[in-house]
Formats: sequence, C-alpha cells, structure tokens
Amino acid sequence: MIDWLFFSEIGLAGLGTGGLYALTALGFVLIYKATRVINMAMGEILMLGAYVFMGFTASTLLPIWLSILLAIACTGLIGGVIERVIIRPMLGESEISVFMVTIGLGSVLVGLVELIWGANPQRLIEFIPKEPIFIGEAYLSSKIGYAFVTAAIVLAVFLAIFRTWRGGVALRATAGDQAAAYSMGINVPMVFSSVWVISAMIAAGAGILVGSIGGISPEMGVYGLSVLVVVIVGGLDSLLGALIAGLMVGLIETYAGAYLGGEYKLLATFSLLVLVLILRPYGLFGTHEIERL
Amino acid sequence: MRIGTVKENYGADAALFDTRVQRGWLVVLAVALVLLPFVSGQYVSYLACLVLINVASTTGLNILTGFTGLVSLGQAAFMGVGAYIVALLEMKVGTPFILNLLLAGLGAALVGMVVGLPSLRVKGLYLAIATIAASVILHFVFANWTEVTGGVSGLTMPPATLFGMELNQPGEVYWIIMPVTVLLLFGAANLFRTRIGRAFIAIRDRDISAEVLGIDLLRYKLLSFAISSFYAGVAGGLWAYFFRVITPESFPLMMSIFFLAAVIVGGMGSILGGILGAIFMTMVPEVLKMLVGVVTPFWPEAVAVLSPVRIMVFGGLIIFFLIFEPEGLAEIWRKIRRFFHLWPFKT
Repeated sequence: MIDWLFFSEIGLAGLGTGGLYALTALGFVLIYKATRVINMAMGEILMLGAYVFMGFTASTLLPIWLSILLAIACTGLIGGVIERVIIRPMLGESEISVFMVTIGLGSVLVGLVELIWGANPQRLIEFIPKEPIFIGEAYLSSKIGYAFVTAAIVLAVFLAIFRTWRGGVALRATAGDQAAAYSMGINVPMVFSSVWVISAMIAAGAGILVGSIGGISPEMGVYGLSVLVVVIVGGLDSLLGALIAGLMVGLIETYAGAYLGGEYKLLATFSLLVLVLILRPYGLFGTHEIERL
Repeated sequence: MRIGTVKENYGADAALFDTRVQRGWLVVLAVALVLLPFVSGQYVSYLACLVLINVASTTGLNILTGFTGLVSLGQAAFMGVGAYIVALLEMKVGTPFILNLLLAGLGAALVGMVVGLPSLRVKGLYLAIATIAASVILHFVFANWTEVTGGVSGLTMPPATLFGMELNQPGEVYWIIMPVTVLLLFGAANLFRTRIGRAFIAIRDRDISAEVLGIDLLRYKLLSFAISSFYAGVAGGLWAYFFRVITPESFPLMMSIFFLAAVIVGGMGSILGGILGAIFMTMVPEVLKMLVGVVTPFWPEAVAVLSPVRIMVFGGLIIFFLIFEPEGLAEIWRKIRRFFHLWPFKT
C-alpha cells in the first residue's frame, strides 16, 4: 500500500530540488549554447557564490537583500574575469582541452575557497521565513518552497528575455552560427563574456539557495555533477530541456533517496544518464549534429 | 652538435630507440631502477612505487585518450576493479601474484569494454560524461556489494609473496611493481608499431576517415578501451599490493581526473609524455609538502595552507599546460634535446 500523502510530499520536495537543478542547468546551457564549452566548474562557481554571500553577511552591516545582490554581482564579475583570462585563450582548441581547463578551474576555485574560508562545512545566515508551507495536506519545507518559487521566477524571466531582448537574439545568433553572427555585426566576444557573467550570476543565486537549504562546504561543487546529468538528459543546447530534465532528475533523485535510501540517489540519476545516452545520445531535446567529412 | 641520424633500412627507422646514445642512457636508467631500493631509504622507495603505479595507469589512459582520442574519466574506477580482484584472489584463493595481476587486468578490461560500448554512438564530451556515470556506478557497487567488497570498510589483504618471502616494505614491493610497469611500458611503446596501434591513431585523427579506410570502429574502439582498462586493472592490482587496504573511497573521481591531468601535462599521444606527466603530477604534491617543511619555522600556519594550495596548484597546472604548452612535458623535453643537439646553433 502506497502512502499517498508521503508520496506527494516527497514529490513536492523533489520538484523543489528539481527547480534548483533547472536553474543551475540554465547557466550551464547558456554557456554551452554560446561558446560550446562544457563548464565543469559550474558546481564550483555555485559554491563560490554561496561563500561570497557568506562573506558579505559575516559583516552584519549590510541588509540581507543587499548582500544577496552584491554576492551575485561579485560572482558575475569573477565569471567575466574567468572567461577573459582562461577561456578566451582556449578559443578554437579542441573541446576536450577546454573541458579539462574548466576541470582545472574548478579545482583552483575549491582551493581558493578553502584557503580563504577554511575547509569545514558552514551554515548560511537564515533569511527564508520558517513557517512550513502546506499544499493541500502535504507538508513542504519552507526553504525548498521559496527556493522553488525563486528559481521558477528567475527561469521565467530569463526565458522571456531570451525571446525578446536584443542581447538574447544576439546570443541565439551566436549559438546558431558564429561566423555568420560576426559578419552581421554582432560582437561575438562580447556575447561570450556576457554569457559567462550571466551564468556565474545564475550560479551564485542558485548557490545561495542551495546553501541556505543544506549548508555550504568546499565539497559543494559535487552539486555540479547532478547538474551535469540534468543538462545531458535534457540536451546540452536546449533551455527547455534543462527545465524539464531538471524537474525530472530532481524527482527521480528524491524518490530514490526516500524509497531506496540516500546512497541510491546518485546511482538513480546516473543510471538515467546512461539510459538516455544509449537511447538518445543527444539528450531529450538536444539537436543532433550531423558530422560531415 | 648532431645534424641528424642517417637511417639505412626500414628496421632502423622503426626502432624504438634509434641512436646509440639513447640506448646508452637506457642502460643507465635500467641500472638506476635496479639499484634504487638498495641505495634509497623507505621514503624514496615509497615514492618510487607510487610513481611507477601512476605511470602504469597513466600510460593506459594515454593509449585511450592520447592515441585513440576517446576521453575517459573512469580510469580510477577501473583501477578499483583491478584492486578488488587482486585483493579477493589473494585473500580467498591465494594464487601467485603474477596470475592475480593478469586476472585483475583482464577483469578490468572486461568492465572497460562494457563502459566503452556507448563509444560508438557518442563521442567527445558525451563519452567523457558516460565514463563519469560508469565510475559513479562502479563506486556504488564497491560500496554496497558488501558480501564481496566488504562495503565501506573495504578489504584488508595479506602481502604478496615472492619465492616464499613476504613483501611488506615499499622497498620490497618495488620488485613486483617496477618490472611489471616496465613491461607495460614496453608493451605500450610497441603497440604503436603494430596494425592495431596505427588503427587507434587513425581513429583519433578522424574516425570517419578511418572507417572509410576499412577500420572497424566498434572493434578498435572497444579494443582501445580494453587495453587501457587492462593497464588500469594491473595498476590497480599493484596499488592493492602496495597499500593492502582497499576501500571504495580509494578510487574517487578525483583520481581519474588526476590521470587525465597527467596525460595532458605530460603530452597526449606520447608514451614518454605519459611517463613524464605521471612523475611530475605525483611529485608536485610531495615537493609542496617539502616546501612547507622548509617554511614552517618562519611561518607556523604553513601546514594549514598545504591542502588548499595543493588543490590550487593541481588545477593551476592543468590550466597552465593547456594554455601555454598543450603538447605537454614531452614537447618541453624535445625542445631541450633539440637545444643540445644543435648547440651552438639556434634551435
């Protein structure tokens, strides 16, 4: 006999987790779409954002909302610097080299954070209202609920912006054909930089949310692995795919954790990944690139 | 100064070591390898063993990534498979270590071929991610198949025996690790003088062209995975004999990244590069440790900084080499050689 209340509560928590996955995956997909770089350091940038936020809240002078904004802005700046210093020189190199560069970058960021803030796990300041949310009878922890709502709003805003705003069009043009975009007068290097800045900002926001739910530690970058599953399942260059796969992976992970035990979480998501790679190698919504000689 | 080497027949051109000077240095190296445990202390023997194990595994990954062009982040997991096989055989069956190592290699090769199966449909980064999935799943098996692997507490195995002697100390296990690694290296170097090795290189350079030339992609890609994981399995077996305690945490994803980094830093698609990369990446943390020992009297907190700095240096080296010397240490080595060959002229 299935306990439906329990089932739906787990489902809600799963959707909440999935919302955060979708948000981080959005940053991932943006970078991939524009620059064809798989950013393995996404989890580490997310961690950095959460730590920067902690750094701002540690000096109690600033109001929380300002700290959040400052943390997001700072991480965005760092993202821009990373693009300019490390990713730009790698333009035109094989994608595997760029992939490894981002792995190296992740490692540097972990070291940096440990150097500044120490290796021990820490808690973020409590800023999300504590009263639990009830949807019908189902209980949902307030943090996950608010995180989901924030993620949903940010995602909606971004999707709208990319449809209409000129920058969004420039981004889609760059993704479609770099050379053509260049010759139509689009400042492609600028697009690259801004994509990294925006992605780092998204990651910082997601990091603050993730950190306020589960605490922060330098190992938080492992979160990036789950996001990797999300983007592969959804298709590396599909924003919609990231959204749907994010929710899907969140649900599967939470159900596996609840019914089978915590150690099955990663197994479940990675089994899904293998399944998708075998059945649809380019993800559920990704474009299949045809290779010609 | 040397202008060039004149080769008079095909055999001389295909020789692994083409000049007399090179062969001379090789003899010196061989003597040094044999004499090392007699003249060095425990610590140096320990380091030598560690370096040799990493060299074996890195060379295996180099065959797959550097020569066949398939990126894998599962090398550490394959090593784990080898290590568990060796530990179980040593504990439950008690077969001689040569047989154990061979079986470890074959077992890992089998697993590697299964992991390599997606390589026909996906390549490049998707393949790298598929291998991450494989290593996550293998880690789960190591940690949860408790009856066989001992779960999270892992396995503790007895030392290897050679002619009735137990090999406990690093200086003693060295006598297993060194010959096996040297053998593996010669195997790898010779592989690329054969049809199979040439097929690998053709696949790396352009897989569709290779297929048009009549190279069976699935077969050779799987073969590359099998050989590479065979190396990993044997290296894992050596690792097991060396440390003798095997837990699921012994072979984290970070270790796979380490091997890939060693291949890149050393130089992809060069046997010498794999060797140099593995030595370099193993020694850097040790050198940092020594540096900390030197600064501690002046700066007592140095020890606390060691771990983060080590992580940063690791990442920094990957970035540095990819941006400034993508051909790796092997290219630097070639440049140095060229300089001395052509001296006093400019290279």
